[in-house]
Amino acid sequence: MAFELPKLGYDYTALEPHIDARTMEIHHTKHHAGYTNNLNNAIVSTALEGKSIEEILKGTSGHSTAVRNNGGGYYNHDLYWKVIAPGGSPKPEGVLQDALNEYFGSLENFREAFVQAAVTRFGSGWAWLVLQDKKLVVSSTPNQDNPLMDVAEVQGVPLLGIDVWEHAYYLKYQNRRPDYVNAFWNLINWDEVARRFKG
Amino acid sequence: MSFELPKLPYQKSALEPYISEKTIEFHYGKHHQAYVNNLNNLTKGSPFENSDLEEIIKKADGGIFNNGAQVWNHTFYFGQFSKDGCKEPMDQLKEAIESSFGSFDKFVEEFSKAAATLFGSGWAWLVRNDDGSLAIVQTGNAGNPLRDGQKPLLTCDVWEHAYYLDKQNARPKYIEDFWKIVDWKVISKRFSEI
Ligand SMILES: [Fe+2]
Ligand SMILES: [Fe+2]
Repeated sequence: MAFELPKLGYDYTALEPHIDARTMEIHHTKHHAGYTNNLNNAIVSTALEGKSIEEILKGTSGHSTAVRNNGGGYYNHDLYWKVIAPGGSPKPEGVLQDALNEYFGSLENFREAFVQAAVTRFGSGWAWLVLQDKKLVVSSTPNQDNPLMDVAEVQGVPLLGIDVWEHAYYLKYQNRRPDYVNAFWNLINWDEVARRFKG
Repeated sequence: MSFELPKLPYQKSALEPYISEKTIEFHYGKHHQAYVNNLNNLTKGSPFENSDLEEIIKKADGGIFNNGAQVWNHTFYFGQFSKDGCKEPMDQLKEAIESSFGSFDKFVEEFSKAAATLFGSGWAWLVRNDDGSLAIVQTGNAGNPLRDGQKPLLTCDVWEHAYYLDKQNARPKYIEDFWKIVDWKVISKRFSEI
């Protein structure tokens, strides 16, 4: 079965003013849709057809560049739409809060590490909060790579991800990536991050 | 040495409607300027303090390479446009393009494809190899063909910031418009001066 472009859980206007409606619409209907279509074209009638996206990504080193780029693009954007929500959600609680404190010292320290990773990723890519062998770490990846891929420097389960391709913020923030990253922080859906953490 | 942002050889609105004034304002005024500033900050007190851009491109890594190469790449990029420029290669460059690619049209087609398919941020280039032949190459992020001993003649910036305000996701449309402003007089001169 072919992969489908996931529907968003909110309207394109719902993340205003942090992320504008026009950016949302183009990002979803053009970029994410493009990755989805290209992924389907890259796996049709191959051994990968019918496999889950996680399974495909785990074997990235053995796949074509088209599968790596578009499989990553398909998965990453799906995660991105889910880990943000209109108005965000209350700060992390319970086991996720404990784990963030344990591995970063405090939520504020985690925020600094995450923002730093997002701002300093040169070119196109993503910054992540990753669950790695029960530890939490921050990492970043180039282009559409992600921590599930066996080619990633830091491997594990992505709990939170921010898209720092220029298309994610250029219409509203232009060259001011740090402003976009700080705006994103206000939108984090911590319930979803906690759900992935308990996974 | 201290690096400076070179003057733009035309008004910011000069490439309208193919590249908007707003895009040039950000691309030249913010991005290019930031690479210059970052490079000055990074090279101060480093082994590259007295290096020129070419040496930095050939030898540096990390932030110094990224910012140094981006300064060079953008100066090269902005220096090749004019709406009233020459629309086709001249003299020996014309012959070299025909002998390497078959025809000018074939070259445009191949170069456009290289620019459209570079995944992520980067550049497409027309370069001259050591043996005199011409080639089309892609580089990711700040990559520059000088690093591999090739001589750049023409470049297309395909970082999204180069076209997103004007064309959004439609990179092929940006590349189509790119051909309308490349001044082949400049490119032919670059070729003759190698
Ligand atoms: Fe994206
Ligand atoms: Fe650029």
